[in-house]
Amino acid sequence: MSKNPEFVKFDKVDKSYDGKVLVVKDLQLDIAEGEFITMLGPSGSGKTTCLMMLAGFETPTHGEILLDGNIISNIPPHKRGIGMVFQNYALFPHMTVYENLAFPLRVRKVEKDEIDKKVDKALSMVSLNGFETRMPAQLSGGQQQRVAVARALVFDPAVVLMDEPLGALDKNLRESMQYEIKHIHESIGVTVVYVTHDQSEALTMSNRIAVFNDGKVQQLSNPAELYEKPVNSFVAEFIGENNTFNGEVVDIDKDKCKVKLANSEILANPISVKSKGEKTTVSLRPERALINPTDKMDNMFTGKIEEVIYHGDHTRVRLNLLGNSEFILKVPNSTSNLELKVSQDIKIGWNSTDARALDPK
Amino acid sequence: MSSETKQILTTDGIPLEVSLKKAEKKNKIKAFLLVAPLLLFLIITYVFPIGEMFSRSIDDKMITNMLPKTFKEMEKWDGQDLPPEEVFTAFYYDFKVLVEKQEHGKLGQRLNKEKNGFNSITKKLFRQVKRKKIDESISIKEQIMKVHKRWRTVEYWQAIKRTAPPYTLSKYLKGMDMYYGADGSITQVEEDRRIHRILWLRTLEIAFFVTLFCFLMGYPIAHLLATLPMKYSNLLMICVLLPFWTSLLVRTASWMILLQQQGVVNDFFVLIGLVADNNRPEMMYNKVGTYVAMTQILLPFMVLPLYSVMKTISPSLMRAGKSLGGTPFVAFWKVYFPLTIPGIGAGCLLVFILAIGYYITPALVGGASGTLISNQIAFHMKQTLDWSFASAMGLMLLSGVLVIYWIYNKLVGVDNIKLG
Repeated sequence: MSKNPEFVKFDKVDKSYDGKVLVVKDLQLDIAEGEFITMLGPSGSGKTTCLMMLAGFETPTHGEILLDGNIISNIPPHKRGIGMVFQNYALFPHMTVYENLAFPLRVRKVEKDEIDKKVDKALSMVSLNGFETRMPAQLSGGQQQRVAVARALVFDPAVVLMDEPLGALDKNLRESMQYEIKHIHESIGVTVVYVTHDQSEALTMSNRIAVFNDGKVQQLSNPAELYEKPVNSFVAEFIGENNTFNGEVVDIDKDKCKVKLANSEILANPISVKSKGEKTTVSLRPERALINPTDKMDNMFTGKIEEVIYHGDHTRVRLNLLGNSEFILKVPNSTSNLELKVSQDIKIGWNSTDARALDPK
Repeated sequence: MSSETKQILTTDGIPLEVSLKKAEKKNKIKAFLLVAPLLLFLIITYVFPIGEMFSRSIDDKMITNMLPKTFKEMEKWDGQDLPPEEVFTAFYYDFKVLVEKQEHGKLGQRLNKEKNGFNSITKKLFRQVKRKKIDESISIKEQIMKVHKRWRTVEYWQAIKRTAPPYTLSKYLKGMDMYYGADGSITQVEEDRRIHRILWLRTLEIAFFVTLFCFLMGYPIAHLLATLPMKYSNLLMICVLLPFWTSLLVRTASWMILLQQQGVVNDFFVLIGLVADNNRPEMMYNKVGTYVAMTQILLPFMVLPLYSVMKTISPSLMRAGKSLGGTPFVAFWKVYFPLTIPGIGAGCLLVFILAIGYYITPALVGGASGTLISNQIAFHMKQTLDWSFASAMGLMLLSGVLVIYWIYNKLVGVDNIKLG
């Protein structure tokens, strides 16, 4: 059985609530069958609206949403067969765990034996066997979360939507739930559309991530590419940490460009700049800049340490480099550690391929 | 268990419990003093009047005090045949005292309530005693029996004996259209005179339907209130509360203007051709008027508890129900509705209890067929001045409400009520 690469398709979807502002602008997004795709973005970026349109609680102002080739814009939510995990779980407080899980099966008129079997299977999937008779209020946050996941999966939907499902959990629980959801996805191969504003969550779990901002998908790619090769300065800023230099392109060829800063020039990788004279923001990941590099690097500068912050597994060093006093370096804490002191001058070097010249901020 | 029984001491060696009590004592006294005025107020205005009502409703001491000697002699009488000479003699001396105090009329009235016909024969006896026609040296029994043939009838003496106990439940029986028969057994009054039972049933019926109408109308309003954006819901809330801020009397009077035969509603019906001008329906001074006015007046008591419960129900629950495959109706019925039951319970209980004791509105718009038991109570308070009967009916109403509360508690559980 070949996987459909356009299992869910947003085709030129616009959405406006008040007729004045577009919350979602000309959204074009294909989701493959069995994929775990995350919509990531700051609040108000339109990601939840997209999810609600897919679930059927909002209608697109323009454009179509297709599920497995069928237009679903006019199908009410209860006929779409899409499972959904809500932000606050939305477990039915007056029903036991069993009744919560049986609800989607009962409304589908599934036989009692079959219901028992499926509920049991779904509960074992989230390792909550034996909790059938508990009320949601008697469960911890993590357990409620698992019940919500189990309930969204118990009727074997083709697509499961998750709307910031881990937002209410504490950090440790959130991390373990991330793996758990990822494993469930891998074992049953359901298509998951996941919404979050937490980038580490997105990077951990997804096959692909769609970064939303201002109603548009800024970049759609797998986590590694998203982190390593952001296509614009919003993505570079939003995903991970990022050192920036604002300047003007003074020289450009195929894979290198020279950017003039306030009082120096650096070499960078031209991503979204095309010609001389363009303004640009150069983005460099902190871990790509090295102290006293042994290899030959085409950017070598001297900076002054302003602050040293101990972080356990690594030390963060804030430098004043080329007029940017917010330049961050990450130094792994190993035995051969350097002596780093405030107001010390150190040599910093990086390769021009890692310094991405993007659109100006 | 051993750890529990072991006493924990503070660092000074005082048992922890004693120390805690001491520390809390001051706060407790302060708290009590704060509520003391209310407590006193409640005792004076609530506990005391109800106690007074109760004692009044069962009090029958008046006649016991009027005929002390008679009742003493009657203890020996078996009540089968005419009482012996001693009873007649004792009755005569009691009566003579009453004549001197000019209280014989009261006795006649009181006995007349027990059995018809006493009024006239006590008057007859009074004339004989006044004119000193009764010779105390010969058999008083013979002389009294000669006054009227009813004095020779055993049923009348049995009636007097029945009034002997200082307490009676006869008022309560009367409230249920029953009375103590000649032999002391509980008997029902004739079918065409059972007015109270009709009133009780009508009160329950009207309270039930008013509650139902309030529920049917209040539920959607409350839902709208809970789901509308703040801007509109505030306006709607004011519309719901506006009648609350208007005097009950004004609202009832407005309904009279609206509902009367030449009123606004009827004019409108005629205008749109729903009814003929010469055949305007009567919407007032009957049950229709009572239903309409009471439903409108009690509606906020249904809407507010419902609203406060609905406000707490997350909209994502309905969405979850739908996304899991439930039609909008199933999602409503299986998810939303069960969650509103505490509000429904509170609203219905509130409206029902208020409706069951409603007075002004039915009195003004109810007419003959729309009056309730409370109107009957008021009638006895103001017109017949039979306060003990009014008290008895008031207490019956109160215990009816308590029974409903108890049933409700068994069915839904009072802890589930949410008033806000």
